[in-house]
Amino acid sequence: MARSAVQLNHVHKSFAGTHVIDGVSLEVDPGEFVVFVGPSGCGKSTLLRLVAGLESPDSGNIVIGERDVTDVHPAERGIAMVFQSYALYPHMSVAENMGFGLRIRGLAKADIATRVARAADILQLGHLLERKPKALSGGQRQRVAIGRAIVREPEVFLFDEPLSNLDAALRGQMRIEIARLHAQIGATMIYVTHDQVEAMTLASKIVVLNGGRVEQVGSPLDLYRKPANRFVAGFLGAPRMNFLPAHISGSEGETITVQCSGMRLALPRPGISVAPAAATIGVRPEDFILTTSTVDSIAGELTLVERLGGEALAYVRSDASPDEPIVVKLPGDTDVLRNDAVRLAVRASACHLFDHHDVAIGAPP
Amino acid sequence: MIYSDRRLGLAYAMPFLIGILVFTLFPFVASMLLSLSDYQLQDPISRAGFVGVDNYTAMAADPTFRQSLWVTLIYVFVTVPLKLAFALLIAFVLNFKLRAIGAFRTAYYLPSILGGSVAIAVVWRYVFANDGLINQTLQVIGIEGINWLGEPGYAMATVILLRLWQFGSAMVIFLAGLQAIPNDLYEAATLDGARKWTIFRRITLPLLTPVIFFNFVMQVVQAFQEFNGPYVITGGGPLKSTYLLPLMIYEETFKYFDVGYASALSWVLFLIIAVMTAIAFRSSKYWVFYANEKDAAK
Repeated sequence: MARSAVQLNHVHKSFAGTHVIDGVSLEVDPGEFVVFVGPSGCGKSTLLRLVAGLESPDSGNIVIGERDVTDVHPAERGIAMVFQSYALYPHMSVAENMGFGLRIRGLAKADIATRVARAADILQLGHLLERKPKALSGGQRQRVAIGRAIVREPEVFLFDEPLSNLDAALRGQMRIEIARLHAQIGATMIYVTHDQVEAMTLASKIVVLNGGRVEQVGSPLDLYRKPANRFVAGFLGAPRMNFLPAHISGSEGETITVQCSGMRLALPRPGISVAPAAATIGVRPEDFILTTSTVDSIAGELTLVERLGGEALAYVRSDASPDEPIVVKLPGDTDVLRNDAVRLAVRASACHLFDHHDVAIGAPP
Repeated sequence: MIYSDRRLGLAYAMPFLIGILVFTLFPFVASMLLSLSDYQLQDPISRAGFVGVDNYTAMAADPTFRQSLWVTLIYVFVTVPLKLAFALLIAFVLNFKLRAIGAFRTAYYLPSILGGSVAIAVVWRYVFANDGLINQTLQVIGIEGINWLGEPGYAMATVILLRLWQFGSAMVIFLAGLQAIPNDLYEAATLDGARKWTIFRRITLPLLTPVIFFNFVMQVVQAFQEFNGPYVITGGGPLKSTYLLPLMIYEETFKYFDVGYASALSWVLFLIIAVMTAIAFRSSKYWVFYANEKDAAK
């Protein structure tokens, strides 16, 4: 097993008495694309800045490669960072922006030019090298910021919400470029975002953060299929998972039986036995079925149908989910209208189950 | 409807228009005309005669004018760079995130509120007098006092010092300029390996050039017009060593009643300031950098 590229051990950080990072331990393998994801204020950017050295931890240590870099100057950590604002030096040309760090490190002019040209080539910036940042579009600036990171040939790339200043179309395009870049240069990358689509599509490993703590670490599909708790379940997936109050009546053999608003559901959970208790079931929008049966189904009223073409999102008001409407994903040609009374059945085999502490009880097979 | 709107608009603009006509445009034109006359303050204006450019040619032969011009140039070229550097230094320090930084900023700005006033110039005169605060302090630590206001070199230094002491307004503008530089740039430069001095030289200073330029022009214009300090502290002496042009203009008018000559002097001062400003603007394209980052960032 190769050594980790980045390792965080029991890192704590607080600002003015508020614990922003609360004992985070984490390993990033070489060449991995790790995404820190979470709602705003969850500490993901702070965690990245700790790795960069722009903040120092109150306790715990940070290892990059084989070096403990906790007290090492940011420039000597072997990292490069791409900022949300791009942070391009406005008074320097694109080439000067990319070469600034190399000049400071005392590289020969010819070497700098070679490296800048190579990075510009990768990012198709060759024709823009003499321009100032103000003469560039948002996407071009983003590329320059990435180019500035590439020329430093770092062990680890750090991205702090790099796409959030771009419009939706450009964001999708840059996402693909970053994925391509990762495949091309194979460096370790740590990427911060609040956008779960970016997280799902880019990451080889997702770290879900909430309130300064790691909620769960795993591959995108693992987290999607087997969320460890209600927070992760609700955060990944769009539209988000529906949560319905339920009651566990008991385990029978391979299944757990759950009562939910008149439905009796047998959730396959081999080898898990639980006592009767209050619980929550989690149902993704695609795991509801429109039905006419009154047995094991819930009644509701359509309050809104969003037609996306290939599929439609139906918002259903129901006693089964008193706080917010149930979101159901239906085939695009489903013949339903606003104010229709509908009945929904649930694919029990795909249901998630959470105990009263919101911790997942097993996972759907 | 449109007509009455126009009248209303004009009415609102009137105070400003009257002000600029009466207190700016009229004196401007009048002084131009007076500079071509031999008008004496004690005479009725009807007795003033047209003398062409006599007042201007007289200046060329006037040793007092040459002396005054010389000390004015010294005054400007010493005070402006020193004051800008000092203001920038203080602004840089006050830009740190320290506790009670607001109180420090206020304290450092205070001299500028007071600084230009005659009262402070009077205080200055007593502080630097032969038996003033400074000489008494020097005496206590065993150093012989200096004749601050009696020797030409020291007198100029005293007047210059008063101007440096009023660094506040330039400092506040520098402070605003410093705060407009995004912190991300400093962090990016830190990651690029730049240490403090390099960051200041390569990031802060270039991004501050628009503010430096503005402050420079303002300070040059104001320094050429300085009057209160030398008038109150030294009266232009000794040996006309602090006899700045505005002081000479004042004395030509109200001491020698030679309004024609004083007007000509005013116009020469105006032209000097205009040329200096023009040079500054011309040079700006070589050293002033405008980012326009914000509107282009979309």
